[in-house]
Amino acid sequence: MISALTANAGAKTAIARRRKGPGVLPGFGLSMGLTVVYLSLLVLLPLVILPLKSASLGWDGFWRVVTTPQALYAYQLTFGTALVAALINLVFGLVVAWVLVRYQFPGKKILDAMVDLPFALPTAVAGIALTALYVKTGWLGGPLNDWFDWQVAFTPIGIVVAMVFIGIPFVVRTVQPVLEDVEREIEEAAASLGADRWNTVRRVLLPTIVPALLTGFALAFARAIGEYGSVVFIAGNRPMVTEIAPLLIMSKLEQFDYVGAAAIATVMLSISFVLLLFINLLQGWQLRRGRRFA
Amino acid sequence: MNAVATDRPVHLTEPRWVRGLLLMVALGFLTLFLLLPLITVFVEAFKKGWAVYLAALTEPDAWSAIQLTLWVAVVSLAINLIFGVAAAWAIAKFEFRGKQLLITLIDLPFSVSPVVAGLVFVLLFGSQSWLWPFLQDHDLKIVYAVPGVVLATLFVTFPFIARELIPLMQAQGSEEEQAALTLGASGWQIFWRVTLPNIKWGLLYGAILCNARAMGEFGAVSVVSGHVRGLTNTLTLHVEILYGEYQFAASFAVASLLALLALVTLVIKNVVEWRSARPERVASAPQTAFASSVVAPRPATA
Repeated sequence: MISALTANAGAKTAIARRRKGPGVLPGFGLSMGLTVVYLSLLVLLPLVILPLKSASLGWDGFWRVVTTPQALYAYQLTFGTALVAALINLVFGLVVAWVLVRYQFPGKKILDAMVDLPFALPTAVAGIALTALYVKTGWLGGPLNDWFDWQVAFTPIGIVVAMVFIGIPFVVRTVQPVLEDVEREIEEAAASLGADRWNTVRRVLLPTIVPALLTGFALAFARAIGEYGSVVFIAGNRPMVTEIAPLLIMSKLEQFDYVGAAAIATVMLSISFVLLLFINLLQGWQLRRGRRFA
Repeated sequence: MNAVATDRPVHLTEPRWVRGLLLMVALGFLTLFLLLPLITVFVEAFKKGWAVYLAALTEPDAWSAIQLTLWVAVVSLAINLIFGVAAAWAIAKFEFRGKQLLITLIDLPFSVSPVVAGLVFVLLFGSQSWLWPFLQDHDLKIVYAVPGVVLATLFVTFPFIARELIPLMQAQGSEEEQAALTLGASGWQIFWRVTLPNIKWGLLYGAILCNARAMGEFGAVSVVSGHVRGLTNTLTLHVEILYGEYQFAASFAVASLLALLALVTLVIKNVVEWRSARPERVASAPQTAFASSVVAPRPATA
């Protein structure tokens, strides 16, 4: 009874303070405090250690460590393979999203659920499975090697394969809802104005899903750059051949070169921040675009 | 491809051969990149028969890896549930400056490479860190021990629950909570009796994804664990060690456990999606039917 009364009184003062305070409900201090403390201790403070640790090298030393031929090759390989994988996902992700939204066929529900497999399957499991598939004795690696003389495992192509795997859900899941929301009337209008199907798709539908496509592409690219588990097995870790940036950090750690590892990690982290910012801008664009077409 | 049906009139869809082609491309792509790797895990696991499979799962190192993985998952799930709900409550129920920044920061662990996530904890608590003498004096082991594995897992799984709840709670608004408040409910009563029943499916959804990632995390855990067999080896690290020792059948046997976990996760996720979408769909069904039957241009501001 007393607690109810105080709660009532509290509510009244809270409502009186409404214009100034963050809101009327209780628990702002507690929930906000917990969030900020936890986030700071678990995420922000640990990340600050990277630039701090790298700073012990001095600017010249830092520059030397992050621009060795081995490091430059690792960035080049990481970005190159991630870009190719994200492009493959852009094309095939759009086709998968289109098929899942527009067509009816048996097994559609299962296929739709399967798209999330790369989120659910541990990356190490994906890594060894892809390697077993693409080595010379594997189901796919064998024929590819015998017929075309292509080697996938332990080459940059293998890295692309692993990055395609982990990137599949990003494009499909960002494009799918946008495609579902496209009003049929827009297509009706285009068709009634004499556009054939190809022109309707290219000039009317495609522009509405471009922001979502780009967002999915950027998300898949960002994920591929940092990927380790699924890539490490199929890449085989050969320096200057298949050593991507996360592998380089790992091998520096194994040589107890903590400062060198921190320097490379600082570069990777900065790139992640830039990508995060870019993705946020893209999503803002998508939101505005969505409103215009809704 | 007679199977490729569509509910659209002929002028609003592609020619039949295009539909067939697109479906074949999508099926081929998903078979190649999703289905074949999944099948490979189970085929390789049973290549040397049931006896080898069972032996791989029941040996002491595998058993301790299973226990550690379960323990780490339970701890990180419990902690992330508390902080995920707190973050979602603060962000969805109140207005304050810097909210967008906070949301971005919560998402941050998703865009950090797992290897970098593990590295920061090695740098913080490892043998070359400023904290090392203090940790030595008090006999505290964090890196290359279980606490490091938990910390790294917490880092990579932090966003799952919060980012699932934030949009859900923002969409639900806080009218119901305000009504409870005016009726005299306390803060905890509001949370347990009003908010929690509203967000339970979203919470479950986030918890499932968080759990799957916690059990399957590899990169971050690999950096901080030091691969001490029987002590800091999680299931994914055990898979890696067996694979490195060319014990492929055993490695895939352990991997098949994780693949099963992934399949169960997908099933539960879809059930939750179906359950949580149902009332919404029932509520909006008349509207959709209405909208699609009226072919009229909508005002641009709608």
